[in-house]
Amino acid sequence: MTGHFEPISGGGAAIALDEVELSILRSLAVQLLELIGPGDSGPEGEDPLARLFAEGPSEPPADPALARLFPDAYGGPDVKPDSAEENEARERSAEFRRFTENDLRTRKREDALAVVRSLDSVTAAGDGGAVLKLRPEESRQWLGALNDLRLAIGTRLEIAADDDSEMLFRLPDDDPRKPMVMAYLWLGGLQETLVETLMP
Amino acid sequence: MEPVSVAPVEIERPESSEAPSAVPEPDVPWVTLVHNDPVNLMSYVTYVFQSYFGYSKDKAHKLMLDVHHKGRATVSSGSREEMERDVQAMHGYGLWATLQQDR
Repeated sequence: MTGHFEPISGGGAAIALDEVELSILRSLAVQLLELIGPGDSGPEGEDPLARLFAEGPSEPPADPALARLFPDAYGGPDVKPDSAEENEARERSAEFRRFTENDLRTRKREDALAVVRSLDSVTAAGDGGAVLKLRPEESRQWLGALNDLRLAIGTRLEIAADDDSEMLFRLPDDDPRKPMVMAYLWLGGLQETLVETLMP
Repeated sequence: MEPVSVAPVEIERPESSEAPSAVPEPDVPWVTLVHNDPVNLMSYVTYVFQSYFGYSKDKAHKLMLDVHHKGRATVSSGSREEMERDVQAMHGYGLWATLQQDR
């Protein structure tokens, strides 16, 4: 899998993808959509108190991949645990989250949906492989979705330090993480070449 | 010290009623920090700094290197509301960002 994006004249980007790559990308984007989910804005009429508790005023998402996609806005790695500063950061993060996380989920969902839509538009006309062309706005949505996918997969692979990703290149072929690692590295190549087409 | 009023006496509505409060704002701005993470591509982080903040390629590249080598970089400063907007935008791009009062 050596696909890469190239700029097209007049803006936008193009990539040739074979049938397997189209299918893998679509499947990953759908999994990302399922991971992001509909958010916590429950249906109308739902008990507002239940919603309040479901939102978890002081808690980021329990799933580590989701927690990476929706991080706390206050605090960070430099704040000492169990300090007054951390308590204040937690409260402010909870409030910030209450007002912003649904919008953020919507944006990330729309980016992933844009990927599914453009893949469907080529597979419908395609006979096996296809050349996918993205308009500049689609490129930006793809870029966001590719990054979110890599963040989610990176969390699953427990890539927590810069050295960890180098280890991925040396995994033996029979390692159960190998397919996910291949996808992760492939997506990295896609994202890298897509960024280049967008660089001002 | 009582300021001397220069307002003409015939104006009934005191001009000072809508004047901003003289209480000095504490001069402590807020900052947006972007933290290092091993997943985000260096080129992507540079791209985000250029396209969202409108920074030059050189400045964006230098900030990205600071994030990478020092673990974090201050990418913007201003009011708390402005920094919340920047942090939300960074999260939208998938960068790990927080805001705090500059110290």
